[in-house]
Amino acid sequence: MIELKDISKIYKTKNGEIAAVKNVNLTVHKGEIFGIIGYSGAGKSTMIRLLNGLEKPTSGSVIVNGQPISSISGNKLRQARQKISMIFQHFNLLWSRTVAENIAFPLEIAGVPAAERKVRVKELIDLVGLSGRENAYPSQLSGGQKQRVGIARALANNPEVLLCDEATSALDPETTDSILELLLDINKRLGLTIVLITHEMHVIRKICHRVAVMEAGQVVETGDVLQVFQQPQADITKNFVMQVSGTKDSKDSIEQILANYPTGKIVKLTFIGNKTEQPIISQLIKQFNVEVNIVHGNISQTASGPYGTLIVQILGEDSNVQKALNLLNSIEIQTEVIEHA
Amino acid sequence: MLSELFPNVRWEDMWQATYDTLYMTIISTAATFIIGLIVGIVLFLTSPHQIWANKIANFITGSLVNIFRSIPFIVLIILLIPFTKFLLGTIRGVEAALPALIIGAAPFYARMVLIALREIDKGVIEAARSMGAKTFTIIWKVLIPESMPALLSGITVTAVTLVGYTAMAGIIGAGGLGNLAFIDGFQRSRDDVTLMATIIILIIVFIIQFIGDFITTKTDKR
Repeated sequence: MIELKDISKIYKTKNGEIAAVKNVNLTVHKGEIFGIIGYSGAGKSTMIRLLNGLEKPTSGSVIVNGQPISSISGNKLRQARQKISMIFQHFNLLWSRTVAENIAFPLEIAGVPAAERKVRVKELIDLVGLSGRENAYPSQLSGGQKQRVGIARALANNPEVLLCDEATSALDPETTDSILELLLDINKRLGLTIVLITHEMHVIRKICHRVAVMEAGQVVETGDVLQVFQQPQADITKNFVMQVSGTKDSKDSIEQILANYPTGKIVKLTFIGNKTEQPIISQLIKQFNVEVNIVHGNISQTASGPYGTLIVQILGEDSNVQKALNLLNSIEIQTEVIEHA
Repeated sequence: MLSELFPNVRWEDMWQATYDTLYMTIISTAATFIIGLIVGIVLFLTSPHQIWANKIANFITGSLVNIFRSIPFIVLIILLIPFTKFLLGTIRGVEAALPALIIGAAPFYARMVLIALREIDKGVIEAARSMGAKTFTIIWKVLIPESMPALLSGITVTAVTLVGYTAMAGIIGAGGLGNLAFIDGFQRSRDDVTLMATIIILIIVFIIQFIGDFITTKTDKR
């Protein structure tokens, strides 16, 4: 559906050249929700704008929905853009138009007759749950409602691809979740391919199937969301995973436990899928005569299944502790012995 | 009572002058709005990072605007005499004042249009582009409606300035209240005529400002 080949984007500034994107290769399949995560300045804004031709790559090629976006221009590009919609962090609605008129705007651009526009706008307003607000102006809406208008507007011309530019970054956590659920629902119901950029791992965890991690213009890691959560490779990815697994907060408590209990082992366990539901801790205690002290625990739902982390202190005779660790390793639970916080 | 307070005012002349002033103001404001809007949009779209970003075109348009904006109006009228004569065959009468009024005010308004357009959220223009909008659609359905309150308050200020300009144009014989106040009032020392002409000009300005403010508030949905 989307293919980026050897993409580089170099900006010329007074202080020399800046590479916003460097040698990126990426494939996004039809119907998947693909997340690109990175801190600000990592090049994700440029990346997503390459996908609808708002930015042109310095080198490499971009193919979206069968169209060579990086090399077409004029009318052809405008036609292609009607099938590659975008929603924005700051919504970018026209304040001079009502909700219904904002949603009708892309239909006007596509030359849809007025009568058909009216029917389609009604459908879209129902789809995003804004019935009754069609004649309100954006200034009268909350952030979440504005983004719903943005989504309805983006869906107006039945796009194949939806690009989300930090679509939930300006929203509070609860509204973020309701918008993410709406996106997930749209993805399932309409089979729409979604590419989103974000700096919040929460967003990736909640709806993405696959993820690419960007740092300094390069993609440093790609993979299925669960796999990346379980075995993050790059340091930056580990940092992002900590955002949701909450292990960053437990750093202090680990330090304290390490200080208070110099004996035993502090172990970080990472579970995925149905293993989160097995009674592993009680099994350890019964089978090996060890004591297990829970320092920190967390289970998160991802689009492809649950994912959990547990930090425990295992106390007992060295041989028993070792046996316990062997068991954990043998049942394919990611196990990491923490020596220092 | 009025004829006691204003013994020298010939009301027939006063109304004719008022009509002439209104005529000059309305026609020149309308023309200034259209020309200023076009020039302002060109200035905006050719500036860096915009759709038609073009240093040369932007420089030329910007320079023309600045040149005409900095010539004092009274000098502009004189400079434009040959042009007006060529265009209309005469330099007297209300029509003859129009070229100078429009050329004097349009660059001024074009600057205000540019300021108004710069205030538009860049994201909204980007959103329209991402939907596949043509430049014309962006101008017509994004730039103009999204800056409408500023465009309207700008044209209100310009219209008030134009009332003042018509008075100046009156001095070279364009007719209107300024002409009447100068020839009938000042040169013949009939202070009551000058006063009456001033009062009517004030009323015109107040009405323009009131209508302008009213419509500006109405269009602003932010």
